[in-house]
Amino acid sequence: MTRPIKYILLILFFILTFQKPSIANNISFEVDKISKNLRCLICQGQSVYDSQSDFALSMKKLIKNKLEDGKSEKQIYLYLKNKYGEWIVYDPEFNKKKFNIMDISIDFIYFWRPINL
Amino acid sequence: MKKNIFYLSILLFFTFIFTIFYIGLDKPNFYKPKEVKNKNLEEFISTELFSNKQFNSKDIIQSNNFTLINIWSSWCAPCRSEHAILMNLSKKTDLNIVGLNYKDKKNNAIKFLDELGNPFSKNLIDPDGVISISLGAYGVPESFLLNNQSRIIKKYIGPLTSDNISEIIKITQ
Repeated sequence: MTRPIKYILLILFFILTFQKPSIANNISFEVDKISKNLRCLICQGQSVYDSQSDFALSMKKLIKNKLEDGKSEKQIYLYLKNKYGEWIVYDPEFNKKKFNIMDISIDFIYFWRPINL
Repeated sequence: MKKNIFYLSILLFFTFIFTIFYIGLDKPNFYKPKEVKNKNLEEFISTELFSNKQFNSKDIIQSNNFTLINIWSSWCAPCRSEHAILMNLSKKTDLNIVGLNYKDKKNNAIKFLDELGNPFSKNLIDPDGVISISLGAYGVPESFLLNNQSRIIKKYIGPLTSDNISEIIKITQ
């Protein structure tokens, strides 16, 4: 075998092995993706994906069931928000409270500047 | 003059931070989820622990004025201490108490009830925990007080206390 062909085969091998195995495990990928964005009920510092608590495992199963029923990612978030409140998702909606916190910090930096100079 | 303003602003900044942390110290630092009220419980179908018959939750809830759904498990220690209170409640009133056996082995569940008594009119099983999540439970034990339209009147996270029991009796009578 000549050298260039060897290299091409090697590159092809790497490309093929590092591809996402997306076709067979589509649902389990979606479950992982959704559960990474959810806060665990028992151990609140972890996501549902990371946690091995019984409730986190149950929640992963529920997400899988919902996906198999043909529900979309957004619908699942909405369903869980309805059950547990905004708190369950890591990225809450942009509301007045969140705006105020950001606004105060920006104002603080802005007004602090001229005094220091 | 300029220097004075500088020191004054630094002093103000630190007093501001100090007051914020001082107020923060008084606040309890554990998270308590918001109470879910005036929401309907999701319908579910489950099998009974002893008779192996299938039941729809709606049928059970509709036939009584009030229903208390209690999520429990034989491996959970707080459930064991809560059980005496549930037994007490079932003796005192004719409230329909339905057990939901969360992720438990059948033999262990039956042994648990044999040992400590059975306060439940029906004992539904939830082998993979999906039903409990769809009800919006945070952990075991947890109890929901429902009216006959399956509306959640009260939700008790954690083991029931004797204060909770007197509250339940007050509501249901």
